[in-house]
Amino acid sequence: MKTLADLKKIREKAQEEMKLRGSNVRIKIVVGMGTSGIAMGAREVMKAFLEEISQRNLTDVLVTQTGEKGLSSLEPVVDVIEEGKDKVTYGNMTPEKVRKVVVEHIVNGRAVSDYIVSTGS
Amino acid sequence: MSLKRIDLLICCGSGCVSAGALKIKDKIQSILTDKGLLQEINIIETGCMGPCDYGPVMVVYPEGVFYKKVTVEDAEELVEEHFIKGRPVKRLMLQDEEKQLLSTQKDIPFYQKQVKVALANCGYIDPESLDEYIALGGYEALGNILTGMTTEQTIELVIKSGLRGRGGGGFPTGMKWKFASSSKSDQKYIICNGDEGDPGAFMDRSLLEGDPHRVLEGMMIAAYAIGASKGFFYIRAEYPLAIKRIKHAIEQAKEAGLMGTGIFGTKFSFDAEVRTGAGAFVCGEETALIHSIEGLRGHPTPKPPFPSDKGLWGKPSVVNNVETLANLPTIFLKGAEWFATMGTETSKGTKVFALTGDVKNTGLVEVPMGITLREMIFDVGGGIVGDKGFKAVQLGGPSGGCLTSEHLDVPVDYETLKAKGAMMGSGGVIVMNDTNCMVSIAKFFLDFSVEESCGKCSPCRIGLKQMLDIMERITSGNGKEGDIEELVQLGGAIKELSLCGLGQTAPNPVLSTIRYFRHEYEAHIKDHACATSVCLDLMHFMIDKAKCIGCSLCARKCPVSCISGSKEEKYTIHQTDCVKCGTCMEVCPVKAISKVPVMHDEVKASREARKKQLESEE
Amino acid sequence: MYQEIFSKYTPTRDNLIYILHDIQDSHPQHYISEEAVQAVSDYLSLPANHIYGVLTFYSMYSTTPRGKYIIRLCESPHCYIRGSENILRKLKNTLNVSIGNTSKDGLFTLELCACLGVCGNAPVMMINDDVYGDLTEDKVDDILAKLREVK
Ligand SMILES: Cc1cc2nc3c(=O)[nH]c(=O)nc-3n(C[C@H](O)[C@H](O)[C@H](O)COP(=O)(O)O)c2cc1C
Ligand code: FES
Repeated sequence: MKTLADLKKIREKAQEEMKLRGSNVRIKIVVGMGTSGIAMGAREVMKAFLEEISQRNLTDVLVTQTGEKGLSSLEPVVDVIEEGKDKVTYGNMTPEKVRKVVVEHIVNGRAVSDYIVSTGS
Repeated sequence: MSLKRIDLLICCGSGCVSAGALKIKDKIQSILTDKGLLQEINIIETGCMGPCDYGPVMVVYPEGVFYKKVTVEDAEELVEEHFIKGRPVKRLMLQDEEKQLLSTQKDIPFYQKQVKVALANCGYIDPESLDEYIALGGYEALGNILTGMTTEQTIELVIKSGLRGRGGGGFPTGMKWKFASSSKSDQKYIICNGDEGDPGAFMDRSLLEGDPHRVLEGMMIAAYAIGASKGFFYIRAEYPLAIKRIKHAIEQAKEAGLMGTGIFGTKFSFDAEVRTGAGAFVCGEETALIHSIEGLRGHPTPKPPFPSDKGLWGKPSVVNNVETLANLPTIFLKGAEWFATMGTETSKGTKVFALTGDVKNTGLVEVPMGITLREMIFDVGGGIVGDKGFKAVQLGGPSGGCLTSEHLDVPVDYETLKAKGAMMGSGGVIVMNDTNCMVSIAKFFLDFSVEESCGKCSPCRIGLKQMLDIMERITSGNGKEGDIEELVQLGGAIKELSLCGLGQTAPNPVLSTIRYFRHEYEAHIKDHACATSVCLDLMHFMIDKAKCIGCSLCARKCPVSCISGSKEEKYTIHQTDCVKCGTCMEVCPVKAISKVPVMHDEVKASREARKKQLESEE
Repeated sequence: MYQEIFSKYTPTRDNLIYILHDIQDSHPQHYISEEAVQAVSDYLSLPANHIYGVLTFYSMYSTTPRGKYIIRLCESPHCYIRGSENILRKLKNTLNVSIGNTSKDGLFTLELCACLGVCGNAPVMMINDDVYGDLTEDKVDDILAKLREVK
């Protein structure tokens, strides 16, 4: 490291690694990981999100989890929460659907209406 | 890019480690390995998070859930419920008085009045990761200074910020640098004082353990300002983890090119080494510390010459406290004006305190200067544990003093505390409830100073011992008329005549308690009474015959067989033989035994008889 | 046996404290023998009485053999308020030693020390490099038992 610019580079990369603790998150994806969610494949869904997001290097997206939401028949259930917008809830998710949601919704900003089970808070 | 979805921050400060944090970490790690979850969950060992009383503590991000008193047995549930199913474990969270869950650090009152500058990263980053320190702005201040500021500007900025030494003396840091900077020499040194010997203090340990790069960066800023190319960290040997962490940080910085020659492409070169103490309190005094680094006995020497003129190996040196250095990077990033907005007229910024004693939330806290003692003890500290009342607060360790409830609204700053007979000191705050005897507390601190006096100057070596003898006399029921006056007189003389800060401040605990709790001293001397029953010679145990059921348990358990009686006559304690172990009171099934806070007449009579006999034999 | 330690340090006086720490830590009985003092004196070209002067000044050094585990119980105010005396009594009774002495099996030496800076978890003791906090008499039993097993 020889210049301030070098330092800045390291900082940006390191901030990326720490984003779980940070605040510059644009979109939060919350996977319902209750017992029934897991039984219905929520783990695979979560993994698919993590992989897609890391492949596309989406630095401002955070994947996290929550417990049972009471929508058992629609599990696995995923919330997409974006600053300043209504929450979008997807149901019956699969790894294939995840890919589509990431491309359409997370990257291009258009919710995938076919999978939506509810919107708003 | 990583696939991590959870950052698990486990506090691995000494407090939490001593409560078993590492075992919990290993357990969680092994469970995660078994379940194949390791690549999703980041386990980070951080430095002290502050609330040591609740240790081991941990925080789980992204939610920021705060867990307290976690045990190895809880690991399975944490992983299963929280990490897999996303259901935070409520039973391990803090609750407030109304049983409301306080799930994140933001919710917890302990953190609400705190302003973290020196401790900003402590408990939030992995202290062994240079990258994490850099992610939060680390080494940017140093880079900016080296590439854009002259040494004069650097010193000027620190003077403007109003930063004063956090090691106890409170000397303006910028001024100290200015003196050293103007001393002409081929070689100068910067020394970080990490000897932290005050009983009740652990801020420097926590900083060194929790954010070593910050202290190192601060040291390099200071080095640049005074023109030093070499630094020493002097850390007490009782802090092995701190020593390890700072050594590690130095290695990382060297590897990254942040130390060595031509730092940030400038002409500035810097190298640092770690030196350890070996168990001598007086080595925290700067001249003694310098001698200790030189491989000598850690004796202080009179100032002048000041270290900034003739220090380590006779070269101009600046000794700065760990916390002082830790403030520097932020002062340069946020500006002198920002720093000076916090605090009072004479004391700027924040101060880290180690809050201990009978408060609910013991631990490490950083608050703006000028906060009142009430806010610190009752808002941050959560008030007194249990149903006891507040009695006093001891500030500044063996060089400080005790303040009382009448001082609760006093602002905490260097001058005010000094005027009231206490000291900012290094930041140890011991809160005491009404079961503490102020005379014996003062004796305790004095005893510490007597033990730690290096013996070089006689006022300190002999004078303090004389004071201690009087204190022992008073607490054992042999106090005399005039003892208080003698203490005051001796104390004043020792303060004037001692060579170094140890002796100059050691009488403070006694003098301040005489000032505010004189009636306790008087009761000890005149009435042979210790109201709190702490001084064993000035209290006795008593069996209430009306309550006694004559079960004989106390008599059977008494280690010196000084209790006798029968079922009909009930039981009696023979006071002159009693050793005050308290066993009888503990075992009594009907609570018929209580403490009476005064010397028993029989004991008094027998002591007098013995005294007369001795006199007649002479 | 001292050569290995010496080779890590240049023969200058300022390394004395470090060298003494290393010698003491590497000796199974945690002390600095006369012979060691002589060796250090030769290596650093310092008179032996200077070395003794330093040795005796710092409370962590010992010139007499000690146990495999050095127990250092904090006797400072905060630990005292929280009951360090009971822990001391417990240690004395369990190990059957007085302060400054070593148990018969040669395993434990009991010492007192000033604040260890872990007061939030008082009472506290340090055994070699490990700190144990929130001590209770039961905990002391556990800790000693575990160390005895290590052997
Ligand atoms: C007996 C005695 C013990 C001291 N112990 C310490 C200590 O443990 N840590 C510390 O930083 N300063 C301690 N000091 C103060 C130092 O002498 C010195 O003033 C301080 O390290 C300067 O740094 P600062 O200006 O950044 O506060 C002690 C002073 C005396 C008289
Ligand atoms: S008083 Fe015992 S560790 Fe501080």
